[in-house]
Amino acid sequence: MNLLLEYQSQLIDGTIMTIKLALTSLVIALIFGLLGAWAKLSANRLARRLAGAYTTIVRGVPDLVLILLVFFGGQVTLNNIGAITGLWGYVEISQFAAGAGTIGVIFGAYFTETFRGAIMAIPRGQIEAGISCGMRKSLIFRHIIWPQMVRFALPGFTNNWLVQLKTTALVSVIGLQDLVYNAFTAGRSTGQLFTFMAAAFVIYLLLTGVSDLLLRSVERHYNRGVVRA
Amino acid sequence: MMENLLTYIPLDIALIAENFDRFLYGVWVTLNLTFLSLLLGGLLSIPMAIARASKHRVLNPLVQGYTYVFRGTPLLVQTYLIYYGVGQFEVIRESFLWDPILSSAWWCALIAFTLNTAAYTTELLRGAIADTPTGEVEAAIATGHSYRSRLRRIILPSAFRRAIPAYSNEVIFMLHGSVIASTITLQDILGVGRWLNGRYYLAYEGFITAALLYFLIVLCITWAFRGFERRYLRHLTRRDTAAQPATSPLQTPEKV
Repeated sequence: MNLLLEYQSQLIDGTIMTIKLALTSLVIALIFGLLGAWAKLSANRLARRLAGAYTTIVRGVPDLVLILLVFFGGQVTLNNIGAITGLWGYVEISQFAAGAGTIGVIFGAYFTETFRGAIMAIPRGQIEAGISCGMRKSLIFRHIIWPQMVRFALPGFTNNWLVQLKTTALVSVIGLQDLVYNAFTAGRSTGQLFTFMAAAFVIYLLLTGVSDLLLRSVERHYNRGVVRA
Repeated sequence: MMENLLTYIPLDIALIAENFDRFLYGVWVTLNLTFLSLLLGGLLSIPMAIARASKHRVLNPLVQGYTYVFRGTPLLVQTYLIYYGVGQFEVIRESFLWDPILSSAWWCALIAFTLNTAAYTTELLRGAIADTPTGEVEAAIATGHSYRSRLRRIILPSAFRRAIPAYSNEVIFMLHGSVIASTITLQDILGVGRWLNGRYYLAYEGFITAALLYFLIVLCITWAFRGFERRYLRHLTRRDTAAQPATSPLQTPEKV
């Protein structure tokens, strides 16, 4: 316990890095998810095909393989393109950028399915009823689509976010100083790996537990007025 | 311009072909770890799911605590905790468990993966058991089935069937999770890819080969489960319209 207090700044820094990474990748995932859902529901066949390929590839390849490919391969590719076109000199992809970008794009595919399902779950008749009452488009969105879309998407959102938060642990493999990395180095230098990995274990449990509680209260808020069987 | 670009795509196919037997061995390690932990985890999860669904006074909260903890933390941390952490204790290092089991990366990966998938599968099965139509259970009671025979003849067979679509996602998640074996020195598919890239100082070849192999395995799993669903969920498909998949193909495992 004393040892943990001695290294607490490392653990706290790691936790902050993990949260930052998770939130950054969440923003990227939400953007890709909305774009993907829009593409999957669009009338354009090419857009539907592209979105289908996107979700299939993400389902087919493990996260860590993509992270490593982007971190090591992406840098070489970027520099080769720079060398050919002469547009930029030597660039380096940081561990944070590679991790947040890759995890964001991966979970964008999961959010694509979540959003697509949520939009499809809104009965078409309700929107038609709004139109026939003379509601403006913005009013229909605000009063009919948005509250229900959030309600339908929230359970999926909660699951995706929890899995995404846990997936960020993989970025320690490419050397980002997140919670796992810092706990591991501290444990290695003190010879107390169990103590430090257990601390990381508990911190992750707290992070997922707190997000679970928060998101559930949001879910309750958006589900008020729904009769449960 | 185009020619220039092509010379800058440095995929050394010959090198991949030369080391392909290593990749095949990696496939064997990956499949072995994934399916062995799925089998063991699945066996563990059945009694735990029954304890959860029957709301057993002592066992239910215990199992719930277990699944909460294992589904709330990353598999990487669980694996590190077992592989690197357990050796901290002298008692364990000197016990009979140390030499053949807890000092070996393969066994540690298997233990971590098994405990992890058992937690997810327990919750998934609990949900399937809870979804048993009340009428089926009532009919079983009316015909004089005891609790045990109800479970064995009515509840479990139909719960297993209903769990198939969600379980296919768990299988794919476990396959994705098995890459963690490569972080504790094992030569699974990704392990071989990392070895190739490190040895020849490459940026793509190993990872791209690994990505393609994983993709192929996922395709096979998806295809196999489509067959299972067609066979075992035939009674649940709608006959008036085209058969629809019971769940969306891309779902994160549910944390209840």
